[in-house]
Amino acid sequence: MHYSLCDMVLDLFQNSVEANSKTITLDFIQDKSFLEVNLTDDGKGMDESTLDRVKDPFYTDGIKHKNRRVGLGIPFLIQTTEMTDGSFHLKSVLGEGTALSATFNLNHWDTPPIGGITDLLISCLSFDGEYEFIFNREDRERKLSYTITRSELLDVLGDLTLVTNMILLKEFIESQELDN
Amino acid sequence: MAKMTLAQLKALRDDKKKEINRRDTDAHDVTIIVGMGTCGIAAGAKDAMSALIDEIKEHELDNVTIKQTGCMGLCHSEPTVDIKAPGMPQTIYGNVDGDIAREIIVKHVIGKELISKYVLDRPASDIMKEQN
Repeated sequence: MHYSLCDMVLDLFQNSVEANSKTITLDFIQDKSFLEVNLTDDGKGMDESTLDRVKDPFYTDGIKHKNRRVGLGIPFLIQTTEMTDGSFHLKSVLGEGTALSATFNLNHWDTPPIGGITDLLISCLSFDGEYEFIFNREDRERKLSYTITRSELLDVLGDLTLVTNMILLKEFIESQELDN
Repeated sequence: MAKMTLAQLKALRDDKKKEINRRDTDAHDVTIIVGMGTCGIAAGAKDAMSALIDEIKEHELDNVTIKQTGCMGLCHSEPTVDIKAPGMPQTIYGNVDGDIAREIIVKHVIGKELISKYVLDRPASDIMKEQN
C-alpha cells in the first residue's frame, strides 16, 4: 500500500510514461472534503480484456518481468477508494490512450495523507523521454490555481534530470503552492 | 515570497549557470538512478530522491544527474539507488531511506567509500537474463 495519495498518483503517472505517451495531463483538484485526480494519456492504451485484468493484483503484462505475476499500481488505487468511500473510473482504448479519474474522500479516517505535491511534480517532470506533461492544480479552499507545463520548463531550465535544475524546479513549484 | 514567474526562473537559472562556470568543477559526472516503480514508491523512493537532491544542494555538487526508472526487479530491497560516480565501481544500494541517501552522497560520491552494508551487487536474475 502506498503511504500517500501523491505516491499513488506518481505510480499511475509512471504507467503513462512507460506506455510511451506523448502528452500526459494531470488535474489535481482539492476541496475541504475531497481530492479529485484526473490522469489522461495518449499512450498505448488497453483493450477491454486487459483493462479488466489490470484490476487484478495478480496480473501484469509480463513484458518487463517474465516471471512476475503481480501488478499492484491500479489495485492499490481500487483498494484505497473502496475502503474510504471514494470512487474511481478507468477507461482505455487500445492504441489511443487511457483516462483515469479518482475521487478520494479526505474526511475518511483511512484515507492516506495527500503527501508532498512538490516531490510528486519533480518526479513527474523529470522522467526520461520526450513527453508533454500538463499539470492543472486547484485548491478550492485556499483559492489556489495554477498550471505547469513541462515544455515551458524544459525551455527555461533545459535538462530536468540535472540536479542543479531540479533544485530550481523545487523552488519554482514551492512558490506556486504559496497562498495568494 | 511571491509566486515565481517563468522569467524569474530563467533569471535564476542564468545566475546559477554563471556561478557554476566560475567554479572549478573538475567535471565530475555522477549519474544516479532511482527505482520508481510501484515497489520503489511504496517503500519510500520519493523520500530517498528528495534526500539525495537536498544533500547534493547542501554540498553544491554540480554535475549530478538523477534518473528515475520503473521496477528494476529488486522489489525485495526497495528503495534502490544505482550510482555511477568517477573513481567508484557502479553500485546498486538497497533499502535506501532518507538517511542512507544522504550517506550515499557524503560517503560514496564525495568520500569515494562504499557503504558495504547497503550494497546489492547486481539486478535480480530475471532482469539479468533479459540483458544478456
